[in-house]
Amino acid sequence: MIVRILGEGQWDVADAHIEALNALDARVETAVAEGDDDSFASSLEELLRAIRTAGQPLPDDSLMDSDLVLPPSDSTIEEVRALLGDEGLIPG
Amino acid sequence: MSLMKRMSLIFRAKADRALDKAEDPRETLDYSYKRQLELLQKVRRGVADVATSRKRVELQVGQLQQQSDKLTQQAQKALSMNREDLAREALTRKSALTAQMTDLEAQRAQLQGEEEKLTLASQRLQAKVESFRTQKETIKAKYTAAEASTRINEAFSGISEEMGDVGLAVQRAEDKTAQMQARSGAIDELISSGALDDVSALNRGDDISRELDALSSTSDVESELAALKAGSSGGTAPQALEQGDSQPAAQAQPQVEAAPVGDVGREEGRP
Repeated sequence: MIVRILGEGQWDVADAHIEALNALDARVETAVAEGDDDSFASSLEELLRAIRTAGQPLPDDSLMDSDLVLPPSDSTIEEVRALLGDEGLIPG
Repeated sequence: MSLMKRMSLIFRAKADRALDKAEDPRETLDYSYKRQLELLQKVRRGVADVATSRKRVELQVGQLQQQSDKLTQQAQKALSMNREDLAREALTRKSALTAQMTDLEAQRAQLQGEEEKLTLASQRLQAKVESFRTQKETIKAKYTAAEASTRINEAFSGISEEMGDVGLAVQRAEDKTAQMQARSGAIDELISSGALDDVSALNRGDDISRELDALSSTSDVESELAALKAGSSGGTAPQALEQGDSQPAAQAQPQVEAAPVGDVGREEGRP
């Protein structure tokens, strides 16, 4: 599965890891829903770290689109909400 | 649905909409390539802009450092003149500057982080644009419009996602830089208004250094006066005169010694 971390690049993550990643993703999602900044920052960091560790980075010239996309490591809940809600926020 | 999945769908929807608009998907390739080159330019400009902001902050840190060093020197000078009150004032101002410098240093680090991120983003985009260009030429040469569409779809959604990502990175960097420019503008204003700078402006002189200057010119006057008084009283005057005398005497001595040597020679040569 190809996973993109916005602002960092793409990783090829073996399917075996997906379940664990989904559990972490659920925590990020809950934090966004509840507006809990601390929990959001820590769970996002944990999720991104898991992807970087479990995945193989794709070469720069690869043109594959991603199955999963994640917000930048330093993003805020507001930014994530805007990314999800307002499509106009993604330029290009 | 998971956060990760929702985000990827948003990116893909955007790519799909762009593809749907084109009657001949091959046209989309050229149009997209043009946009990619534009975006590449934009990222590079972004890197340069962030670097400019970073240098400005570095310059400010340097200015504040100079002022802070000067305040330390003033505090030392004040202490040596037994003016603890002035020394305290100088150190109080210095601690305000230190807080500003800590803040600026954090900004500098953040700008440097943005600069590095954008530099990497531009390298990734550059590699992908090059790869896209190759695929685009292959697709145009080998396939009819009907055949091309699957291939185009693959290349296009990959690059489109990257463009969305890079575009977002540029936008975030711009936002952050704008915030910091506003703050560093405020510091420039503080420096030029004198709130920070008046304390230790290099040319104008400040109240602490004026007072220290006044103190040291007073003590200069006092010590010169003391020297003059000492000079006019009997105590040191003869010493000075003796010193004046001893010098010509020392110069005269070799002449006195030389004369006998010459005399001896002449005396020896005479017979």
